Amino acid sequence: MTLKDTKPGMVVRIDSVGESELKQRLMTMGLIPGTRVEILNSAPFGDPIALRLRSYNLAMRRDDAAQIEVSEVG
Amino acid sequence: MSALSVALTGNPNTGKSTIFNELTGARQKIGNWPGVTVDKKVGVIEHNGRKISVIDLPGTYSINARSQEEQVVSDYFKTNKPDIVVNIIDASNISRNLFLTVQLMENGIPLILNLNMMDEAERHGIKIDMKKLEDAFGMPVTNTVGRSNKSVRKLLDVFTNAVMTNYKPSKLINEHIERVRNLERSGLAPAKVDEEIIAARYDLIDKIMASAVTVSAAGKTLTEKLDSYLANGVTSIILMIAIFYLMFQISFNWIGQPLADIVGEFFDETLVPWAAESMEAAGVEGWMQSLVSDGIIAGVGAVINFVPLIFTLFIILSFLDGTGYMARVAFIMDPIMRRAGLSGKSIMPLMMGFGCAVPAIMANRALDTHKDRMISIFVTPFITCNAKVPIIALFAAMFFPDNVANVVFAMYFLGIITAIVMAKVLSSTMFTERQSTFLLELPPYRLPDIKTVLLEAWDKGKGYLIKAGTIIFAMSVIIWFLSNFNSDGMTEDMDTSYLASIGSTTSVLFAPQGFDTWEAGASVVTGILAKEAVVSTMGILYGVDEDSVDTDDAEGTAEVLNATSMGSAFTPLSALAFMVFSLLYSPCMTALGTVKKEAQGFKWMAFVFFYTTAVAWVVSLIVYQGGRLLGFE
Repeated sequence: MTLKDTKPGMVVRIDSVGESELKQRLMTMGLIPGTRVEILNSAPFGDPIALRLRSYNLAMRRDDAAQIEVSEVG
Repeated sequence: MSALSVALTGNPNTGKSTIFNELTGARQKIGNWPGVTVDKKVGVIEHNGRKISVIDLPGTYSINARSQEEQVVSDYFKTNKPDIVVNIIDASNISRNLFLTVQLMENGIPLILNLNMMDEAERHGIKIDMKKLEDAFGMPVTNTVGRSNKSVRKLLDVFTNAVMTNYKPSKLINEHIERVRNLERSGLAPAKVDEEIIAARYDLIDKIMASAVTVSAAGKTLTEKLDSYLANGVTSIILMIAIFYLMFQISFNWIGQPLADIVGEFFDETLVPWAAESMEAAGVEGWMQSLVSDGIIAGVGAVINFVPLIFTLFIILSFLDGTGYMARVAFIMDPIMRRAGLSGKSIMPLMMGFGCAVPAIMANRALDTHKDRMISIFVTPFITCNAKVPIIALFAAMFFPDNVANVVFAMYFLGIITAIVMAKVLSSTMFTERQSTFLLELPPYRLPDIKTVLLEAWDKGKGYLIKAGTIIFAMSVIIWFLSNFNSDGMTEDMDTSYLASIGSTTSVLFAPQGFDTWEAGASVVTGILAKEAVVSTMGILYGVDEDSVDTDDAEGTAEVLNATSMGSAFTPLSALAFMVFSLLYSPCMTALGTVKKEAQGFKWMAFVFFYTTAVAWVVSLIVYQGGRLLGFE
């Protein structure tokens, strides 16, 4: 499953961050394999989405989230 | 002893600027870093008999030199060795904040780690053991509480007492640096090396977090509760419209406009008569009196009139920005802006365009990519700014007395639609760089520090005051000259003035739009200098006593002008075409100057002048000729 397929309320753990121009920026913002991510809410029409990780909130588009493999933890 | 140099560095949204403002107050200078549109803030203070020079580096998440801000910080540390570097850390978000800290340590920069907003962190169940953090890095750790003046002043003692040479990086840090050096020498592909280093940094951060920080589960934060309304689904759009409606209501009706009226009254009833009497008494020549009263005071006064409005709007915007709400606006508007080839972050500058295009164009600095910045700058002028309102209001009242509100609304709507359509056109023709991305921190909602809000508003607004003032001053002299002189010297009859010749030459362009009178042509030309000038030029040229053209009161002005030849100079359809043209054509000179500065190039200024005018010409042509085909007149 990728982060794109998640729904608000889900809690996931990052498995890998796929290759993209954004990869290093995403990693710099703390999206590292093993990081716990909570899906908070979404903009109108469901995209972009708001995430909570490392005690802060981050918004990203679903297209970019599709590069991030995750598995649900609870 | 030379001044002690202190540099503040840290992530965005850490309260770094608030600390800087608290330390330096009004004794700060804001300039630009060479070659980029990033603010450079420096302040000099004295403490315990020691001069301290503080520099506020732009907020960045890293120093990878991917953005202008990161480039500035990275270059700064390459060429400067400040005595003290303070890394401001948002304690409630310590994990990600430490990324920059680790990166700075790798570059051999000794740091004071200042944990800000400790109170907020504790509310969120985050407890930081400062002693253990100090041991983990081998660097001194201090703390401040958000807006507490006292805790920030305490930092000054730390600056004057700190002996950075007493601190050496810990074993843990040295091991990490060794690991980074090994990765750099590993021979892996450069991108891979960078990724491994990023992972190694978070690996170290997780270790330090485990030893010095305890995070206990806290319930839903206030921010999350608010965001479930303000940044969630379609409701959020409705709430946003309400918030902005309130903002414009406050700026334009409740506070800004009444203040503007007071300033205007002072000009009309005190300054102008006083200047006239003084000059009369001093025996100043007639032409000079006319230049000062009808030219300079009238022209500059029109601009000064807008100052209260602009500052009120800026104060509210800085306040909203300080609360963290603006990030939510970008978030909820991204789905719409993305479809127009822009990013959600562009919405802010466009919204500001309803007030004035000048600050709106400047606000585009905050956008991520070159593409977003350029397109946003180029479409902002289509938005109906405050100075275009008199044109629309007057023509609607004169030629569509039964449909005033509908016509005004339609004009606003036309401006927005044109901006969005042109954004789409520009992004698919001139700026075909890859679709911009959208990665944005949503900072926790906070009550902004009032000092910071006021300083920011002043910083943004004073540019308008100074620049617009100087340009308008020059322009007033020029208009006065053109409408009072011809090749034979000074003339009483405006029909023979230079302005009339210019107007009749220009008006040839508008034959297909049905408004090819020299008066309309002259109004279009003066409108480039300032949009307010369109209506006042019409008033002067159609032979109405200038004093009775009160642009605040469209109905009254319409009645007066209807009695003149203006009523017969336009048909309703050509009036509509004129409104459309005035709404969309070249932005005023001040805005053009701002485009030149922000897009960094004279050619972009020329481009904006010609393409907006071309769009206006074509759209007004369609309105006029299309209207005729449909049988309107």
